[in-house]
Amino acid sequence: MSGTMNLTLTVWRQKNAQDSGRFVTYPASGISPDMSFLEMLDIVNEGLIAKGEEPIAFDHDCREGICGTCGVVINGLPHGPMSATTTCQLHMRKFRDGDTITIEPWRAQAFPVVRDLIVDRSAFDRIIAAGGYIGVSTGSAPDGNALPIAKQNSELAMDAAACIGCAACVAACPNASAMLFVSAKVSHLGLLPQGQPERKQRVLRMVSRMDAEGFGKCTNTLECEAACPKEISVEFIARMNRDYLYASVADRPESKKANVAG
Amino acid sequence: MQLVANCPTGPIENRWDKYRFDLKLVNPANKRKYTILVVGSGLAGASAAATFGELGYNVRCFCYQDSPRRAHSIAAQGGINAAKNYQNDGDSVYRLFYDTVKGGDFRARESNVYRLAQISVAIIDQCVAQGVPFAREYGGLLANRSFGGAQVSRTFYARGQTGQQLLIGAYQALERQIGAGKVAMFPRTEMLDVVVANGVARGIVVRDLVSGKVDVQLGDAVVLATGGYGNAFYLSTNAKGCNVTAIWRAYKRGAGFGNPCFTQIHPTCIPVSGDHQSKLTLMSESLRNDGRVWVPVKPGDARHPGQIPDAERDYYLERRYPAFGNLVPRDVASRAAKAVCDEGRGVGPGGRGVYLDFADAIKRLGEDAIREKYGNLFEMYERITDENGYQRPMRIYPAVHYAMGGLWVDYNLQTTIPGLFCLGEANFSDHGANRLGASALMQGLADGYFIVPYTIGQYLATSKLEKLDPAHADCRRTRDEAEARLRKLLAVNGKRTVDSFHKELGKTLWENCGMARNEKGLKSALARIPQLRDEFWKDVRVLGSGEDLNQSLEKAGRVADFLEFGELLCLDALERRESCGGHFREEFSTPEGEAARDDQNFCHAAVWEHQGPATKPIRHVEPLTFDYVHPSQRSYK
Ligand SMILES: Cc1cc2nc3c(=O)[nH]c(=O)nc-3n(C[C@H](O)[C@H](O)[C@H](O)COP(=O)(O)OP(=O)(O)OC[C@H]3O[C@@H](n4cnc5c(N)ncnc54)[C@H](O)[C@@H]3O)c2cc1C
Ligand code: FES
Repeated sequence: MSGTMNLTLTVWRQKNAQDSGRFVTYPASGISPDMSFLEMLDIVNEGLIAKGEEPIAFDHDCREGICGTCGVVINGLPHGPMSATTTCQLHMRKFRDGDTITIEPWRAQAFPVVRDLIVDRSAFDRIIAAGGYIGVSTGSAPDGNALPIAKQNSELAMDAAACIGCAACVAACPNASAMLFVSAKVSHLGLLPQGQPERKQRVLRMVSRMDAEGFGKCTNTLECEAACPKEISVEFIARMNRDYLYASVADRPESKKANVAG
Repeated sequence: MQLVANCPTGPIENRWDKYRFDLKLVNPANKRKYTILVVGSGLAGASAAATFGELGYNVRCFCYQDSPRRAHSIAAQGGINAAKNYQNDGDSVYRLFYDTVKGGDFRARESNVYRLAQISVAIIDQCVAQGVPFAREYGGLLANRSFGGAQVSRTFYARGQTGQQLLIGAYQALERQIGAGKVAMFPRTEMLDVVVANGVARGIVVRDLVSGKVDVQLGDAVVLATGGYGNAFYLSTNAKGCNVTAIWRAYKRGAGFGNPCFTQIHPTCIPVSGDHQSKLTLMSESLRNDGRVWVPVKPGDARHPGQIPDAERDYYLERRYPAFGNLVPRDVASRAAKAVCDEGRGVGPGGRGVYLDFADAIKRLGEDAIREKYGNLFEMYERITDENGYQRPMRIYPAVHYAMGGLWVDYNLQTTIPGLFCLGEANFSDHGANRLGASALMQGLADGYFIVPYTIGQYLATSKLEKLDPAHADCRRTRDEAEARLRKLLAVNGKRTVDSFHKELGKTLWENCGMARNEKGLKSALARIPQLRDEFWKDVRVLGSGEDLNQSLEKAGRVADFLEFGELLCLDALERRESCGGHFREEFSTPEGEAARDDQNFCHAAVWEHQGPATKPIRHVEPLTFDYVHPSQRSYK
């Protein structure tokens, strides 16, 4: 618990989606190494308010690395320098006295800036609404143990399901591709027996929605995996590509007679 | 205020079935004529909104986060209880019911708790079908773990992310309905008030947090599933945005508020590291299965823990509670930690911490075994404290965690305002005065998937709801009031930040209405809070405008409500002259310092009725009767 640090922040300020935005420099002084990155921003904001300047807007909620709300680009790295760590879990002891820190929002065509460091990630929700679910209405489920699932599969599904939807993968990708996010959901549900009936239509619909939202193509730079705070593996992208290919070839037209009310 | 609980009678195992059969149904073709407003998209709100959509209702769902998937339910780590008895260890619906009533220190309704235990079974089935990746055994079947307050293994879990996985399941069901056009989702939208027209809840006032626009949303019923109010204490394990606003506004419009003083303090959190602390992080209670809790025998002993020999350590839980040892319930463990720190024996910065030591477990099982069980928690601990929990004992301290109190609801989950329902942590719940681990997730999903979808049908089928015009005087007035309040917050233009007021309120509550409460402290808090509220309205500084995204303004509105609610919290704690569950009054304890419940005078839920700004609210009671589980003194010796 060494002494406090004095830092210089270069922060992206943008009033709203219409504003063009600019970097503004602020001193951050008396920062304790035990503070989290967001607590450091809290202190800076308290200082700004005291001076009559509007505080820096940034998204956050749980502050324990699970809700996926927080996320800024710190010195060029989404969520900053520490691997497997969200912005809210990053602590100031990872910085040195005198450092200059550049802080920017996620940059992607599909994520317009709302204000300062806050972006609109609703495209992710629309991708899920397009098919990222198992269509089982409340009340129609069989007993939980009616369907044994091999532990390996269920653990692998859990690896994929660990995604917190923070979108650091998109921010890290030079093409702003959403493949890691989409493939994690496709794999989570596709690895489970419950997910089989809708497996083909799920991947087709989600990918088509993803393209419509303006995300870029995946060129295997693997930056997404490096930035992911939950260490989601790019192997899920390969898995989704296989599923997609299979679904595109094997997908048959839906029965015209289905769903005709009697 | 009339408190009609509407609990069915008869043999407890049949009550819900019979009641459900007697409920009026809405004809399938008519369901689409109704609009239901659901505020909140956590486990309770998302499960309700999705299920309403599946049934054919029109649904509008609101949350303040940018996506419904981020509700605070996401943070639950440990697990969800269900009386499946998959482990063949003697569990049953009756035993889960029994444990919950007893764990709640006999301050919940038997009918509700029994229904909860019954429904627990269907929740697991539903979640598995949705693709929730619960932990499994090698044979492919579901795994269980045990949790505090129970002697059977009935907790289902998904690594340390049970809440996240359950919420993603409910969120996916919700998104499916959004895709199908049955649910309209309004993220980044905050509810500021309830519209009560002709005595019936017909809508809400909401603010679009991006454009700042304030609007009225009308419907045929309003469902609040807005979570707990632990953030009144400023520091808690809750997410930063958790608030009391929605239910507080409802209270001020006439909804009874049940048992506000029942708050849960969780014993195993990472201690405060300095004034900059913005929230506290929970370490799963499961750590107490293998960790031993101790402090130095000598006050002020500043030696490195490794240099303190065994004889100079006080394993105070094992000493005071030989039968349960480190596994005593949350409230008991929390108070014991406070007691040793009050004696000056606490460790770490500020002397507010106790050790949770894994050295013995590592010696017995090896570091790898401990890593396999709790690796992610040790990592999280190190990320936050920069200390290695394998090499030196962790430091932990209790923190505010959960609100058992909330809006009073009847058996239908309806508040005292007709048409206003309340689910999940936001209602005064089935947990009585103390919630057992892994039971909040169960309750949220029971309310949302399996209870309110039935009971709301009865309400809609039996009410005559005329079409309401947004120009109706009650709508306009409620909306104007909400807007005026926002303008007022922006106009104060004082010197102190919102956070500084929130911190001060939190400290006042923590010191006087926290783990241990007494008349003197509560009275001093009751004197201080109104002063602080006055100072707030004279001296708060909220910059910017109401016409765009303004996080200070959002916070200011929430803190203004906490400043009112904090008073009710203390008042309820003062009037409940007994100790029970999470509510410990120092004056009402046994000679050994344990909680002394007073069933003669306090075997009831306290329900507060608002009387306007300058008048003390009225305390009503709903008496509780126990036909099955007979009140006994909890003992963990
Ligand atoms: C760290 C932690 C760990 C936990 N672990 C466990 C566990 O292992 N097992 C267990 O059973 N329980 C656990 N709990 C408790 C449990 O997670 C919660 O009680 C439960 O998830 C609450 O669900 P909910 O749906 O009622 O509310 P929440 O999930 O809090 O959702 C509230 C919703 O309301 C919305 N909202 C709130 N206010 C407004 C407003 N004014 N306007 C518009 N929208 C609003 C929010 O946006 C959100 O969508 C834990 C709690 C914490 C804090
Ligand atoms: S604030 Fe929730 S993950 Fe960072």
